[in-house]
Parts: sequence; C-alpha cells; structure tokens
Amino acid sequence: MPQMLALFSDDQEAANATEALEQAGYGNDNFDILTDAPYPEGAFGERETKHKLYVFPFIGALLGLSVALLLTTATQIAYPLVTGGKPILSLPPMLIISYEGTMLGAIIFTVIGIFFESRVPNLRAGLYDPRITEGYVGITVDVAEDRLNAVEQLFRRAGAEDVLKEGS
Amino acid sequence: MQERVTRTHEEINSELLSFNLKAPMWYWGLVGFMGTLALGAAISFGIMLNRGMGVTGMNRPVMWGLFLTDFIFWIGISHAGVMLSAILRLSKAEWRRPATRAAEVLTVFSLMVAALHPVVHAGRPWRVIYWVFPYDFARGLWVNVRSPLVWDPAAIFTYLTGSTLFVIVALIPDIAVLRDRTRGVRHKIYRALALGWRGTPRQWKLQIVAGFLLSALLLPVFVSVHSIVSWDFAVNIGVEGWHATIFAPYFVIGAVHSGVSAVVTMMIVLRGMFKWDKYIRPEHLDSLGRLLIVIATAWLFFFFIEFTFALFSLESQEIALRDLQVFTWPFWPLFLAFIVLGYIFPVSMWLSRRVRRSIKWMLITSLAVNVGMWLERFLIIIPGLARKQPLTFDWGTYHPSIFEITIVVGAFGFVFFLLLMFAKVFPLIPLFDIKEGQTLADNIQVGRRSVPALRIEE
Repeated sequence: MPQMLALFSDDQEAANATEALEQAGYGNDNFDILTDAPYPEGAFGERETKHKLYVFPFIGALLGLSVALLLTTATQIAYPLVTGGKPILSLPPMLIISYEGTMLGAIIFTVIGIFFESRVPNLRAGLYDPRITEGYVGITVDVAEDRLNAVEQLFRRAGAEDVLKEGS
Repeated sequence: MQERVTRTHEEINSELLSFNLKAPMWYWGLVGFMGTLALGAAISFGIMLNRGMGVTGMNRPVMWGLFLTDFIFWIGISHAGVMLSAILRLSKAEWRRPATRAAEVLTVFSLMVAALHPVVHAGRPWRVIYWVFPYDFARGLWVNVRSPLVWDPAAIFTYLTGSTLFVIVALIPDIAVLRDRTRGVRHKIYRALALGWRGTPRQWKLQIVAGFLLSALLLPVFVSVHSIVSWDFAVNIGVEGWHATIFAPYFVIGAVHSGVSAVVTMMIVLRGMFKWDKYIRPEHLDSLGRLLIVIATAWLFFFFIEFTFALFSLESQEIALRDLQVFTWPFWPLFLAFIVLGYIFPVSMWLSRRVRRSIKWMLITSLAVNVGMWLERFLIIIPGLARKQPLTFDWGTYHPSIFEITIVVGAFGFVFFLLLMFAKVFPLIPLFDIKEGQTLADNIQVGRRSVPALRIEE
C-alpha cells in the first residue's frame, strides 16, 4: 500500500487529524506520528508504547558478572601467587572488578536494547520531510490506492499544510 | 520568577546549529591555539620517551608528581556529567536542560585525557598492556587483579564506555536535525549517523526511558570510579596521609565539587562564545550556585574529618606530614590558596544571590574552585611522598620539570581542543530537550489567567 505523509504546523490540528483518521477506519496500527521533540504520551491519540527495554540491563548485568568472575578467578588460578598465607582467590578485588563488569554489561545491553526497541538503524523508513525537524507534526498512513484522494481531503480539512504521497 | 524566552522550533534550530553549519574565523584560531598546546605536550612526551623518566622532576621518595595530580584532577572533572545529567534528570529538574550535553561531553573528554596520564606516568607506556590486559597465554603471565593498577582501568573503562554511549544515544535526534539541514557529503555523513531516526512516539518514549535508565546505571559507576581512584592511595599503608578509610567519599564529593564548578565555567564560556544568552540564563547559574554551596560544604566536612582524625593519632610521621603541608615553604602558600580558593572565597560569594546571577562572578568563582581543587590533589600526593620515610635523612622534595609542566598544560589544551571539535560537529545544547521544555512550559488557561503548564519558577 502506498504511504501518505501529512504535515501540520499546529499540534492541535494534527491531533484532530488522527481523530478523523480513526473515524475513517484507520486504527492506531495504520498511522504513525513524526515530531522533532517528545510530546506527552497520547497527545495525538496514539496508543501507549509497550517495550521490553527493562529486560536488557538484567541480561547484560548477568553476562558482565559472569565474564568478570571468570576473568578474575581464572587469572588468579593460572598464576597462583600466595601472599601472606592468604587464599589464592582474593575476594575484595574480585568484588571490585565483578562490580565494574556487571555495570559495564548492563550499560552495553541497555544501549543495545534502546536501538533494538527504537527500531534503529532503519534506513528504509518510508516517507519523511525535513520540515518535521523544524517543528511540523507529520502523520504517515498506509492508504489503499482507491482511497488516496479521500484521505488527502481528510488531512486538508483537518488543517494539513502539505500532503505528500509515496512516489509523488 | 524565571525569565522564560519562547522560541519557535525553527529559531531554536538556527540559533543552536548556526555554529555547526558555519564556524567563524576566531574558532579556527582557538582550535589552532589549543591544538598547539596539545602538540607541545606530545613533543614533551616524545622527549620523555627518548631520554627516559630522568627528564621529569620525579625522584625518590617522590615518585608520583604532576602527572598523577592531573590524573586525579581530570577524573574529578569527569564527574560533572553524571552529577548534572543523571541526578538532575532523575530528579526532573527543569533547569538542567541547557547544561546536560555539555556536561556529558566534558565527562567523556576529561576521562579520556585522565586515562592518558597514568600511561604517560608509566614512562614506558607499552608496558601498561602487561599490567592491564590478561593476554599473555604463552608465558602464563597474568595481570594481578589484587592491584589497584587493574581496578583503575576497569572502573575508568566502564565509566568511559557508559558515558560515551550516554552521549551517543541522546545525540541521535539532534543528528537527525543536522541531517535535515545539511547537503552534500555532510548530509550523507549525518544521515548515516542519524540511523534513520524519524521521531515517532515509540522512539521518543524509548529516548526518555533510556535517559532515565542510563542515568540510574551510570550513577553507581560514577561513585565507584572515584572511590577506586581513592583506593590507589588508601590501600597504600606505607604513606602517611593516604591510608584513610574516609578517602572514598572524600574523593567522590571533591570530584563533584570540582566537576560541577567546571560545568559552570564551561556554560559561561559557551554562552559568551556562541551568544547563547537566551538558553544559558542567569537563573541556571543561580541554581548551580545554590547546588554548589551544598556540595562544597559537604566536601569541607569530609576534609575536616580527614584532617582531624589524621592529627588525632598524634603519630610523629603524621604530624611531620601535616607540618609540611600547612606550615612549611613552599607548601604553606599552596595550602592557603587551596582553602581560600576551594571553599572560603567561592562559597562566601555564592551566598549572595546577586553573585550567583552574575556571569562574571560565577566565572571567577568556578575557576577559583578548580584552581583550589587542583592544589588539593597536589597537596595530597607530593607532601605525602616527601615524608614517606620515618627517618629524616630519607625525606625529599619535588620540583616539576618543564616537560611535566608542558604535558599538564597540554592536557588542558587537549580537552578544550576536543570540546571545540565536538562543538563544530554536534550541538552542545540538546535541541530536543530545549524544545520539549518549551512544549511542556506552554501556557494553559486557568479561569481568566494564562499560566505555564509546567511550573518552572525558582
């Protein structure tokens, strides 16, 4: 289905347009909002975003802890240096390095999670217009060929300053 | 009442990106000057490698000199980013918005430069690899995980990686703005770096959650880094004045004190250089000034405890060290300068609202803090080592050589060089954060009154 992008200079008009889209039978899954700054969730009638980002740091932390424990244990056992009759495995330094390893793993996996859940990199993302980063609110919607004109009229009535169609 | 300045998104873009799109001539002059300082340091380091550590002023018993003083100083400065960005983000302080990016970038570059200092100090930098990386499978030689020489790189690597990723994640939406406002090769580069960012509600939600999540993850790392750096000293039982259990919190709060002051200095410099007076306003400095009074006083408390308990033991070696620090030439004027510049002068000034809102006085006081805090690190390291031995004929002193001074000055030049280069390529004030703040602060109608939706008064 071809995609259509409507540009609004007023966020209230954009919110009205999404309402009109829903009334015309286009649900939340059919359209997307493009803005240059975060708006309060649901400002344009979009559904709450669900994500699993909070799982990623836990996985990373576990992996980081495991690698750090392995590294500190293996290096001490591989070169067993007895100091003052104390055990070969010295726990306080192992704690320090394990702590850093855990945090490093958690941070790296969080960033991987951010990219994964944000769906980036995404170099074939569809219609876009540079005016969006100048403050315009963009609404993209997948429209069947035979309804292109009707949806364009819907956007124009809601106050769209410009409507772009895929391939136009 | 805060002075609200309403700008359109287009105006925010053009004002905050004008420097990225076309830099004035003076910028290149400044880059050249800072680059020359860094080059001077590189040449000195080359001479040091060629002739050996004898060209420095370090000698028995003072084997740690300016390099490690500077190392601790830059690690301290690096605490600015997390302190400002993470804590203020988690506490949803509105006035953080123009300061976060600059603070985070300062963290990354100062940490990079800090990490270079122990490598320079090693004299034979390639040998650092033996100490840090467990790589020598053939000879069965492994790093000694019981040594702070391994703890430090582990902590710094974690903090540097985390801070860098923190900056990168928050940069993506602003890179998309640059992508949309450039042409040719620059457009292609920014398009690749923007990773196809479109600004969907999902992406914005993840961006906000990421800010909170990474802040929460970086906070414990930030505390651990300077604690571990302090243990370089504190686990050393052979040097009076270093073997103190209070060193970890004392170092952390000292780092926050110097780091936040450095951010104030940088914000004022940026405001002057890029004419960002609509974005970095007196009320931001006022808030930072009030925060600094609390931080500085907490730091003074730890300093007082550390000093008092050292003297409480009445050990002759400890008293000899404190006598050297406080009453003996050439350290007494440095000690006096440290106390006056690090606390008495700035804090007494910050008590005045007029000073906190004065660009000139905030610049002077924040610079004074960092001169004072640099001296603090110097006075911990040098006198401690000079009185390390129990017998007086083993006492020594230290005179830094021109090579060490050049490298220290060059390190300052290198940090500013990197900051200037970053400012040319990426915006130092987060555009989307400013726009979000403005969106949230838009007026709403309450009865017959129009009031800001978000309360941003003092």
